[in-house]
Amino acid sequence: MADTQLTKKDFASPNEVKWCPGCGDFAIMNAVRSGMVAAGKPRDEVAIVSGIGCSSRFPYYMETYGFHTIHGRAAAIASGLKVANTDLDVWVISGDGDSTAIGGNHFIHAIRRNVNLNYVMINNKIYGLTKGQYSPTSEMNQISKTSPYGVIDYPMAPLKVAMGLGATFVARGLDKKMKLSEEICIRGAKHHGFSMMEIYANCVIYNDGCHNQLTDKETGDNNVIIVRDGEKMIFGTDNQFCLVQDGFTVKAAKVADVAEADILVHDEKNADMGTILTGMRPDGGLPLALGIIYADDTKKPYDDMVFEQIDAVKAKRGRTMDQIMQEGHTWTV
Amino acid sequence: MAENAKLTSAEQIVVKFTGDSGDGMQLIGNQLTALAALDGNDVNSLPDYPSEIRAPAGTIAGVSGFQMCLGDHKIYTAGDAPDVLVGFNPAAVKHSAKFVKAGGMIITNSDSFTEKALEKVGYESNPLEDGSLKGYDVKAIPMFTLVREALADMEMPNAAKDRCKNFFTMGVLCWLFNKEKQLVLDFIEEKFGASSKKPKLQIAEANTKAFKAGLNYGETTVMFQERYDLGAAQIEKGLYRNITGNDAAALAIAAAGEKAGLQPFIGSYPITPATDLLHYASEFKDVDLVTMQMEDEIAGICCAVGAACAGNLAFTTTSGPGLALKTEAAGMALILEVPLVIVNVQRGGPCTGLPTKTEQSDLLQSMFGRNGDSYMPIIAANSPADCFDATFQAAKIALQYRTPVIVLTDGYIGQGSCPWKVPTMAELEDLTPYVNFWKPEDHPGETYMSYKRDPETLARDWAIPGTKGCQHRIGTLEKDETGAVSHDPAVHQYMTETRKAKVDNLAQVLPGVEVNGKESNKILVISWGGTYGAVKGAVDRLIEDGKPVSGINLRWVWPFPPNLGEIISKFDKILVPELNMGQLSLMLRAKFLVDVQSLSKVQGDPFREYEVIDKVNEMLGE
Repeated sequence: MADTQLTKKDFASPNEVKWCPGCGDFAIMNAVRSGMVAAGKPRDEVAIVSGIGCSSRFPYYMETYGFHTIHGRAAAIASGLKVANTDLDVWVISGDGDSTAIGGNHFIHAIRRNVNLNYVMINNKIYGLTKGQYSPTSEMNQISKTSPYGVIDYPMAPLKVAMGLGATFVARGLDKKMKLSEEICIRGAKHHGFSMMEIYANCVIYNDGCHNQLTDKETGDNNVIIVRDGEKMIFGTDNQFCLVQDGFTVKAAKVADVAEADILVHDEKNADMGTILTGMRPDGGLPLALGIIYADDTKKPYDDMVFEQIDAVKAKRGRTMDQIMQEGHTWTV
Repeated sequence: MAENAKLTSAEQIVVKFTGDSGDGMQLIGNQLTALAALDGNDVNSLPDYPSEIRAPAGTIAGVSGFQMCLGDHKIYTAGDAPDVLVGFNPAAVKHSAKFVKAGGMIITNSDSFTEKALEKVGYESNPLEDGSLKGYDVKAIPMFTLVREALADMEMPNAAKDRCKNFFTMGVLCWLFNKEKQLVLDFIEEKFGASSKKPKLQIAEANTKAFKAGLNYGETTVMFQERYDLGAAQIEKGLYRNITGNDAAALAIAAAGEKAGLQPFIGSYPITPATDLLHYASEFKDVDLVTMQMEDEIAGICCAVGAACAGNLAFTTTSGPGLALKTEAAGMALILEVPLVIVNVQRGGPCTGLPTKTEQSDLLQSMFGRNGDSYMPIIAANSPADCFDATFQAAKIALQYRTPVIVLTDGYIGQGSCPWKVPTMAELEDLTPYVNFWKPEDHPGETYMSYKRDPETLARDWAIPGTKGCQHRIGTLEKDETGAVSHDPAVHQYMTETRKAKVDNLAQVLPGVEVNGKESNKILVISWGGTYGAVKGAVDRLIEDGKPVSGINLRWVWPFPPNLGEIISKFDKILVPELNMGQLSLMLRAKFLVDVQSLSKVQGDPFREYEVIDKVNEMLGE
């Protein structure tokens, strides 16, 4: 099979997938494979780096180069890998614990540097591999093995953090909305810079139903809004709700109650809007934003600048190794 | 002209500079080091500064120092007790006079001995006048007065003029040690003159005047009865430069990358006393050295592991606490079996410990500081110049064996300097044969298996991302030969043994240790790393005195060299001087079941030769 006509299937490795039946990760793997097809690189020029966690088994199931590394450090490892070979299409697959707890520092700085990585953070708001402890994205009062009386840490909003860091691509998907996750992975794969993709997933064993509020067949769509660039921000089971401006922020309103011109239109290049959208939560009276929330292709990735700088120094100084070794005060015996 | 200043020939002179931190002690020390080296002496130096950048001026805590030894023969250390102390203020004199050799010279700036300054360091009366420095040859020079006089015609604030006292002092020393003054004038021109990168013409002129005033002062006053003349040392022919261990390691990293045909890569995080390495290496963009200053120590090694996985020649640089943070990721490089060099410039520990002071207390951390059975080769550089070779060798072994390798240097050799015979790139070993990436075209009909091994080195077959058709998965879980995850007990037993055997096997190709002195004797003194100089100097002197003593130096501290056991068996007693509580001693006892005696020193300061000599004499019952 010529690597130029690859399909999603070609990215499946022969290894047996060992996630629990019904796990949200299956749908996400499917979306990531679509992203890889879209990126158009042959399989031997794709590398996946993962940390530790259920989601981090991901590389084993992919017919690419794969590195299953250590807990929390995938972003740093992938940054080195990408700089070392910029021709590679490098993906990081991580979870909420791996990214925002033990790996928070690397997650932050990889985004800040805008390393050209495709970063998928699967968020199930629980530690699954260690059998059910709360994570930094767990909700207040959530019951877990280490919070038998309820979580009393406030949850973190990883995408809002990303916006604060000057992220250049910020998107959120949901395991049950497979088409949307695919769209996100395809756009993320093509984005030149750090692509921050948070995908909510269900953990059937330790946090089953954690996203029911969003996925419920009857009412779920009242709690999520899928944003698309240039389109009015309308949501709800019958598209009955919309977002309108409210001072410096936004509020939800009934479409019927507002003038059509007052309904906000999504602009994926508007960072202020992105910051607001990434902070919206159903329990704050606003729908959870899904889709491509922010995308900016104008900011140069770190890895591009590494080599631009090398070229500039070569042009300016252009020393050879022998010349460097012979610099300073030298003398001949 | 001071007619009675006679020129005495000397074999070696130990000079120590002390003054306020931030007062240019390292600079003046480095200048005299360069001056002596350029003049043909062999030199070894040791900076000694407090961890505060600008500790309160005039206090003992703020004293920064720089010691050097210059000689007409091979010099292995920065010397024992100084022959000459240049102490620029009362704090410096109070701090350092006690180290000076009996009858040694103390040069000081008498203008700085104000009542307030004396009070600050608890002098009740002026030591220059009250006879408390009686045992020394004190040269109290009113430096500020003389410098201001010399610069009377220049429009500069007095504070700026006073700063020229360092070059005034260089003038005095240049005269005292009979050095070529033009070298200093050239240096001033290079640093501040019209042709320098950032010309500061007024400073150039002021320093030149101050320097000449110092020269004249030496020549025309009757203060000095003696001058020293050191002959040129017998040194191997070649091009030399004075170099610190940190700079030498930085050069080796770039050189090894080029000789391997791989992009050199450093993932790091600043930490004292290893930062200078990263500073210098960051300048080498024109020879393709990528440096990533990451968000922490862990990210430093992690991005290096990532770069190694992609086929760069990867390094991470650190000091003790940083190595502690890198522990898990070092284990990752080990189980992934990718080449990685970890340069650890050791400092006083535990924890934050003594950041600016030297120690050798990370040996056991390097050996055992990882979870699981996780052996990796350890090489210890034995001098500032040797940091180049040790780092280069480490890169070679890392590539050849697909393993992380730890290079141990320390604050003393990392920041200390000595002349380095500059190799040409053509002379350095070609490392390309050790790269040997697995490519399908070299193995027709074979399927790639990521943990299939070379039968001799046990290095695994290694295909890097981008290799056509070789996509595969590796990870930090235990695995079988194909790279597939395996929890099979037999597989884990086999892989653990194999990873250990790979490192053990390295011993067979390491050069044997050479004995300094008789092959069989009463006492064997074993040095490693930074203790090499003091032990070599001490053993040489003991042998000269006819004592039944020999010495060896361990460059590879793990695995031990192949002939070590045999050598040890031929001595009655083994002595290991170490800047720790006996870490190599522990390893030697465990490996060879011999009663090793440990000479421990943990004072943030390297061994002096006499300390080793005294201990040997004690063991000999003398």
